[in-house]
Amino acid sequence: MGLAVNLELKHTVLCIRLDGELDHHTADMLRSQVEDYLMKHTVNHIVLNLEGLSFMDSSGLGVILGRYKQIKSQNGEMVVCAISPAVKRLFEMSGLFKIIKLEEDEELALQALGVA
Amino acid sequence: MRNEMKIQFSALSQNESFARVTVAAFIAQIDPTVDELTEIKTVVSEAVTNAIIHGYENKATGMVYIEAAIEEDTIHLTIRDEGLGIRDLDQARQPLYTSKPELERSGMGFTIMENFMDSVEVISEPSFGTTIHLTKYLTKNKAMCN
Repeated sequence: MGLAVNLELKHTVLCIRLDGELDHHTADMLRSQVEDYLMKHTVNHIVLNLEGLSFMDSSGLGVILGRYKQIKSQNGEMVVCAISPAVKRLFEMSGLFKIIKLEEDEELALQALGVA
Repeated sequence: MRNEMKIQFSALSQNESFARVTVAAFIAQIDPTVDELTEIKTVVSEAVTNAIIHGYENKATGMVYIEAAIEEDTIHLTIRDEGLGIRDLDQARQPLYTSKPELERSGMGFTIMENFMDSVEVISEPSFGTTIHLTKYLTKNKAMCN
């Protein structure tokens, strides 16, 4: 089982929807897809929708932190939503919630960023 | 009764999923909770990823070895590589420390293993490889009717 990455631009917010498993193997693919997208489009903020994510490990934390730094360097924000209890534990353990905001679903995440 | 299994596979990232799913299927025999199964899958993923990225520096010629044993409510895992080894174990086990920040590593691998398992023992020798022994005791507070 791999990872399906769905990217959609809503106004200037990039919605990244993940379906499947995010580990070292799939993290590289996610990084290059998002980097490529950010190069070609004007993106102010990122919403990371993890509703379809069935597994994640510390490689996932690394790639998420990397994209956070990327959007932060352009004065943008990242909001994560629809997170499972298992993934939430990893976020808490690593302190990612200190820098990345959590919302219940994509609509609330977009609202938090002033879109939708 | 002690029940054991062993697998070995090439140090390729596409085998990370194979490794955690295989160990989880073996462990499933002693009825772990969904959370416990997720924890086991996560630690296998962490240790195997370490072997591939750090032990073998992504050279697929290396092999990763996993031994799993279940004995009543206890799970023993040994995950081993014959790679470069770890020079400074204390440093490697520090939360958020990574020797490869350029690869966007989070530095949380050992911290996750320590959080999800009851014991984590790391034996490493430079140029001979790294062996990680992990133990977990399952909480058996479920009603059993088998």
